[in-house]
Amino acid sequence: MTPDLELDCRGMLCPLPVIELGKRYAEVPVGGLVAVLADDVAARTDIAAWCRMRGQEYLGEDPEERYLVRRVSP
Amino acid sequence: MSRWGAGRQCNRLGSVRKAAAYRSGYMDSASSEPLHPAARETLMAAYERGYADPRRLHGPGRDARLLLDNARAVVAECLEVRPDEVTFTPSGTDAVHRGLLGLRPSGTTVAHSAVEHSAVVHAATWAGEAVEIPVSRIGRVDPGLGGVSGGVVAVQSANHEVGTLQPVEEIAARLDVPLFVDACASMGRLPLPRGWDALAGSAHKWGGPAGVGVLLVRKGARWRHPFPGDDRGDERAVGFENVPAALAAAAALRAVVTERDEVNPRQSALVDRIRAAAAEIPDVEVVGDPVERLPHLVTFSCLYVDGEALVTELDRRGYGVASGSACTASTLTPSRVLEAMGVLTHGNVRVSLTRDTTAEEVGGFVAVLPEVVRDLRAQVGL
Repeated sequence: MTPDLELDCRGMLCPLPVIELGKRYAEVPVGGLVAVLADDVAARTDIAAWCRMRGQEYLGEDPEERYLVRRVSP
Repeated sequence: MSRWGAGRQCNRLGSVRKAAAYRSGYMDSASSEPLHPAARETLMAAYERGYADPRRLHGPGRDARLLLDNARAVVAECLEVRPDEVTFTPSGTDAVHRGLLGLRPSGTTVAHSAVEHSAVVHAATWAGEAVEIPVSRIGRVDPGLGGVSGGVVAVQSANHEVGTLQPVEEIAARLDVPLFVDACASMGRLPLPRGWDALAGSAHKWGGPAGVGVLLVRKGARWRHPFPGDDRGDERAVGFENVPAALAAAAALRAVVTERDEVNPRQSALVDRIRAAAAEIPDVEVVGDPVERLPHLVTFSCLYVDGEALVTELDRRGYGVASGSACTASTLTPSRVLEAMGVLTHGNVRVSLTRDTTAEEVGGFVAVLPEVVRDLRAQVGL
């Protein structure tokens, strides 16, 4: 799967990767894919939780260790 | 005069008075409840009479022994156990370590819930490989343990971070290995569940002094000293007992057990108010079981907010709360409890009421909370 937007959040501590995602996910159209590169340990839990709270779809991690999010709502 | 001279000492003691001023708005009783007035009175009186070695046969020794036996008898009565099942330990953590490891048959694995206090996790991993029992989104352990097994099972009575009560009795009914229960979060506040072989509590969490843990080992349970023993009167105890503190802890426990029919519903209603107010703030998730929970504790997480900043801002406004977010932890890793539940780990706040937290304090807290969250989000452009 090729993401429509990749956010490089390596080196950022929580909650910065999720803030970045919250600010920029709307750059992709509904149905589009966002990939988040993050090395903060909290990102694994928090990106999935963000998707649940914001009504987006969490697809898990890809082989390149990116967290994949599908925009399914505004 | 050395740099540790008298002047400096006086200044340091003076800081105690300054610290004592921060009282109203303290909502972190799950870390430590202020000393119960019943404990304070008992403590001062017990220091006069309880200094000697309870094993000695002279008068002061017999006095100390009497106070220690009284403390044990009161704790046993409050917890509805036998006095010979009660041991005082130097802390709740120590009671957890001894209780759990003493039940573990040698060479076996500890199975513990994924939301146990770090004292349980440290003990389990110290003993060797440990296995985790998964929990649901509200932090509850499956009574069937999700198919996980071990030589001994450790499950808490209630979660210390989110308040969810665990189905200890249902677990015990299905279990054919020893069960250790960490009851530090609920002891005194709620009756103990049945079915355990060993159980631990911590006095400063119910309004007793710090430095007193309670270890209960069920009569007939296969429990062996996991660490070096000692020659105290109680075969499970180690070290010179803090007799005055044990007696004060017992006095506080009796007061808390007596008062809980009045205190619990009052605290629970205040917690409901905080839960409702937090849930109204956009992108805030209140976690843990809303009903089957500790009466005095609530946890919520605020999206896009830094936990440390949240705690600092609330402190500036006079509210002392805890947080399970990574940036507020000594380890720089987020709370294992929140992680295991799969809920947001950043922007986390744990509010735990003291026995005399008022409706006005809670009202003040819920009034400032939305604005604090809004301001912190505005700072990051959200």
